[in-house]
Amino acid sequence: MALKMVKGNLERMFDKNLTDLVRGIRNNKDNEAKYIAQCIEEIKQELRQDNVSVKSNAVAKLTYLQMCGYDISWAGFNIIEVMSSNRFTCKRIGYLAASQCFHPDSELLMLTTNMIRKDLSSTNQYDAGVALSGLSCFISTDLSRDLANDIMTLMSSTKPYLRMKAVLMMYKVFLRYPEALRPAFPKLKEKLEDPDPSVQSAAVNVICELARKNPKNYLSLAPIFFKLMTTSTNNWMLIKIIKLFLNTVVTHTHKNTNSFGFYVSANAKIVFLFFLFRFCLLPVRTSAMSLLYECINTVIAVLISISSGMPNHSASIQLCVQKLRILIEDSDQNLKYLGLLAMSKILKTHPKSVQTHKDLILACLDDKDESIRLRALDLLYGMVSKKNLMEIVRRLLGHMERAEGSSYRDELLYKVIEICSQGSYQYVTNFEWYLTVLVELILLESGSRHGRLIAAQLLDVAIRVQAVRTFAVNEMATLLETYPVTAAPNGTMQEVLYAAAWIVGEFATHLDGPERTLGVLLQPKPVAGHIQAVYVQNALKLFAHLVGEAVRNREPAAIDRYCQKLHEGLRAYLSSADIEVQERASSVYFLVALLRESLGAAEQHTVPVGGLLELAPDTPATEGERDEPVPDEKTNATSGYANAAWNEIEQIASDLHGLFTSELNPVAPKAQRKVQLPEDLDLDEWINQPPPSADASSADGGSSDEDKFPLFLTDGAGRGGAGGERETNGGGGSRSYKRIEYTQEELDKMRQARLLEQTNNPNYLKPAKKKASAADYQNDGYDDIPIAEIALEVPLQIHSTKRSDKYLMDAERGSRVFVGKGGGSSSRKGKGEKGGSGKKSKRHGKKNKRYSDESDSESDDPKPLHVVNTVIELPEGAILSDTEDKNNADPNDPHRALDIDLDAPFDDDYPVEMKRKSANTNQRHGVMLLRDADGSTNAKATRAGTTDPSAEQQRQPRPGGNNRSSANPEPARDHTREKQKKKKKSSDKERSALAGGRKKQTSDNADTMMLMIDEEPCKGGNETKGAKVRTKKEDKEQMTKQEEDGKEKRKKHSKKASKHHHHHHSKRDERDREKAGYEEMPAQAGGNGTGGSKEAI
Amino acid sequence: MIKAILVFNNHGKPRLSKFYQYFNEDMQQQIIKETFQLVSKRDDNVCNFLEGGSLIGGSDYKLIYRHYATLYFVFCVDSSESELGILDLIQVFVETLDKCFENVCELDLIFHADAVHHILSELVMGGMVLQTNMSDILARIEEQNKLQKQEAGISAAPARAVSAVKSMNLPQQIKDIKLPDLPQAIKDLKF
Repeated sequence: MALKMVKGNLERMFDKNLTDLVRGIRNNKDNEAKYIAQCIEEIKQELRQDNVSVKSNAVAKLTYLQMCGYDISWAGFNIIEVMSSNRFTCKRIGYLAASQCFHPDSELLMLTTNMIRKDLSSTNQYDAGVALSGLSCFISTDLSRDLANDIMTLMSSTKPYLRMKAVLMMYKVFLRYPEALRPAFPKLKEKLEDPDPSVQSAAVNVICELARKNPKNYLSLAPIFFKLMTTSTNNWMLIKIIKLFLNTVVTHTHKNTNSFGFYVSANAKIVFLFFLFRFCLLPVRTSAMSLLYECINTVIAVLISISSGMPNHSASIQLCVQKLRILIEDSDQNLKYLGLLAMSKILKTHPKSVQTHKDLILACLDDKDESIRLRALDLLYGMVSKKNLMEIVRRLLGHMERAEGSSYRDELLYKVIEICSQGSYQYVTNFEWYLTVLVELILLESGSRHGRLIAAQLLDVAIRVQAVRTFAVNEMATLLETYPVTAAPNGTMQEVLYAAAWIVGEFATHLDGPERTLGVLLQPKPVAGHIQAVYVQNALKLFAHLVGEAVRNREPAAIDRYCQKLHEGLRAYLSSADIEVQERASSVYFLVALLRESLGAAEQHTVPVGGLLELAPDTPATEGERDEPVPDEKTNATSGYANAAWNEIEQIASDLHGLFTSELNPVAPKAQRKVQLPEDLDLDEWINQPPPSADASSADGGSSDEDKFPLFLTDGAGRGGAGGERETNGGGGSRSYKRIEYTQEELDKMRQARLLEQTNNPNYLKPAKKKASAADYQNDGYDDIPIAEIALEVPLQIHSTKRSDKYLMDAERGSRVFVGKGGGSSSRKGKGEKGGSGKKSKRHGKKNKRYSDESDSESDDPKPLHVVNTVIELPEGAILSDTEDKNNADPNDPHRALDIDLDAPFDDDYPVEMKRKSANTNQRHGVMLLRDADGSTNAKATRAGTTDPSAEQQRQPRPGGNNRSSANPEPARDHTREKQKKKKKSSDKERSALAGGRKKQTSDNADTMMLMIDEEPCKGGNETKGAKVRTKKEDKEQMTKQEEDGKEKRKKHSKKASKHHHHHHSKRDERDREKAGYEEMPAQAGGNGTGGSKEAI
Repeated sequence: MIKAILVFNNHGKPRLSKFYQYFNEDMQQQIIKETFQLVSKRDDNVCNFLEGGSLIGGSDYKLIYRHYATLYFVFCVDSSESELGILDLIQVFVETLDKCFENVCELDLIFHADAVHHILSELVMGGMVLQTNMSDILARIEEQNKLQKQEAGISAAPARAVSAVKSMNLPQQIKDIKLPDLPQAIKDLKF
């Protein structure tokens, strides 16, 4: 044995230790992977040995390799072996490795439960400490459940080090096993007043995290925190307490104003005063900026939360904003950042006070630090008004031109849109301006991720702002023509073409040059399939519009021209690789073919299709004259048409037009949800019976015509040369079309077109021909965009500024005009009131004149030029806001499970094992109040009742318990009757004790009396209550054995209590019930939790 | 809650990685890489807070970092942590390292990654701050190291001798010391 030891040690000497490994890796920089693979082999060898030291050495090396990115989970079992070693050194290595590579879903964790339990109860505090540290990283639900009691025991260890770690550990347990929170809470509360400051700090830490969910649970702790704040010097803890206040007060007020409005506002005021008090003291006591900042932060939060109830809060808010301004102006970038962060909180509720510091925030946009710029951007969102929107957006656009880094530019772009579109465009007064901005953004940021967003905006504006539709449509037509499709391939900016094409098609009536736009749509561009599909669809819409126009003007020649154009244009789409494009193109293609056919019929001789299309033999007129040259349409004009035939064309045209005429209204995103599911709709049911087995179908196949035609064309059948058009076999004898066959000429033409496209496509290698840069495109775009249609008094085009600037300048000029016109008395009045710049006040005066009935603030704003259509198709009762969605908690939120109401009474299904443990001391007192005749214990219990809500929680079900025993009285009553006489004496005693207790309790708190009186009318319903409890019990029959054990125990209590009750039952029923009311009383008072805190404060 | 603590050098080489939320190894490396890219492109005189970083994600989280000589110390925290508080914590961490290693430099972190982990576990446990008082932390570490030495006792003597001999790899040592940024590192880490 000894020999073996020595041998082991000798072996160890020449093993690689961690340092050797690191050094080796550094020496083998060139072939690191190979070296590490070799090391892992060695480690595997070492892990096979018996010696724990060798193993732990290997595990230590593995931990290092894990950091370098190597998976070491294969060694999980060995890690557990090392963890279970008796030596602290090995244990430490083992737990470290475990904390790095185990995770809650590791199956190996099953093996560790008992080992960890052993370590937790180790006599060496560092064994337990290491175990806790490790466990905190990989604790699973099972481990939490199994070890919760052990950790709770450690919470009252004699060693502060362990208490501190155990307290923190409990939070991790709560996260995985929320049921532990309730029984552990009283103990956690105790730890707030632990003699050791580190334990206090840990407890504060845990409660701060817990308060993220259901913060009102922790409001009752306010007095303790108050004490901590005034006594402690631990900055970290103070920060946490302040954060906690922020959580409790703010979150609570926002969420539960209705039910707890009064309660919170009272509390918040206290907190508020308290903070102002603290605030004054702080500079004296500590210079810690972190604490000061958190204080400001919380004061702000408190101010915001109670602003509704306080009349003079705006002055305090102003003060806060001024303090923040000092922070933002500080040279320390960190403070600047935090100042902006806090400012954004004020902004949400008091935008006015922040708006005065616009200069500062705009200056921050120029900061070299991206974090600060992003914060400033956030603030801008809330600072815009009708008046300054154009200016702010202009500055942002200027930033975008200068800014580096695509992500930041994207963020800017996003912000511009967010700022403009907020509140259904409430600050946008001129939508022509907004559309111009959008188009500028499109041209500026071709590589942006937000193409889809811009597309949505374009659609939204075009649909909802009717006044600006003409402008929008023409703008889009220009965009379609000029947009450089070849731009950055990874961006989504192409999406705007989707919107543009749709707008152009849908609102074709507003187009200036529809025919030209039709041509643009029909020029195939290298854009994504779904965009091409929209192109095709909207080409049809445009076509329908054009044909309608032509019919109205009786221009058959035009109709034919359009048909021709469409047919030619669709060719490229017909051979598209995208199935959707192909399908739509062929539908349109044949629709137009139909029209041409009837057109031809009307003319009494066909318009030759130039070999494009061969109509089936059952239309002889077409076939016969297919190859004739195109007649001169102009000479024919309408005279050649028979009236009846013309009517037919008209009919077709109006039908075609009718396809797209009805107005499309915006539909709210939630509309679908409001549609009731029909009762007889079963989504799991087969709509068509699933096809029978292969044999059956092949047997049927011969008889059914349809089976002959495969759903999808096979390569051989359908896709000949350029194939892709639909091929319907005339099996049924109906009209059918033959395949389009391209002539050599056409193929050449297509090839030409393809080559041209390739030269324009940057992804192709091409001959050394210089391509126009993106900037050129942009410039082209600028020049091409028609400006004339904006009716301006002074059409002014300045080349050095952007198009959107024009609107700003226009607005400014407008205001200057006001200055000119609005002199006189009103302007003087304005000056007197505001004392601002002359221009501003004058405009103010002028506006006042014009809109005298408007409020002062609004009259400053420019009048909106366009109105947003806010009518949205929405089912009755639905609201547009997203409140519904917000209520649904984020399923990924790790704290979700902690949303437990600690004040609520215990449920029966509560795991009793835990409860027994925690409540052992407290609960007993509560029970004793009823059971014992001893006056002293009674007093003690009462005290526990007022200070310790958990004890009250334990007791709260008591009335229920009593009732339960009276509701199923049979077994209990037997006992009672038997022992009635024996117990009489003691019960008398008890009654007096109860009376004594009652006195104390009632004098404790006047509120309690109120509650008690409230309770009175319920007495009559006791029986039903009891019955309810019983049914609830029946529901929960599937309880674990442990739980049932615990229940047995509780039943005993209730039985004993019931004995007393039934003892009195016969004689003084009424009075007994009254007493029951008194007994309930302390629980009520405690459950409320206000009483204690109020008094203490 | 602290979600992750990362230490890496100016070239993005990880020197310590502690995740309080599980990610597999590949993801961890990716996070380190991304965080490095985010942090390293920032000047030294900009603020120490950083939003974004898709991997460690969520609007509730932000990165708080400090740059010491050749090393970046990055903490990823959620909104329940105080920003300036965490900056102080990083300072405490580094000062503790400095005390434990006597003028800490990057090499200490390289060769004693386990010790750094043990020190960190006295500051932060499971993503929550355990102790911020440096003298307490140092006392705990000292006691544990003593315990470890006791256990090693006499049986470890030969092993230690061998490792001492191994350490006498002089050329390599000289090479290590000659790292150009080393004096700077030491200078910067003295507070």
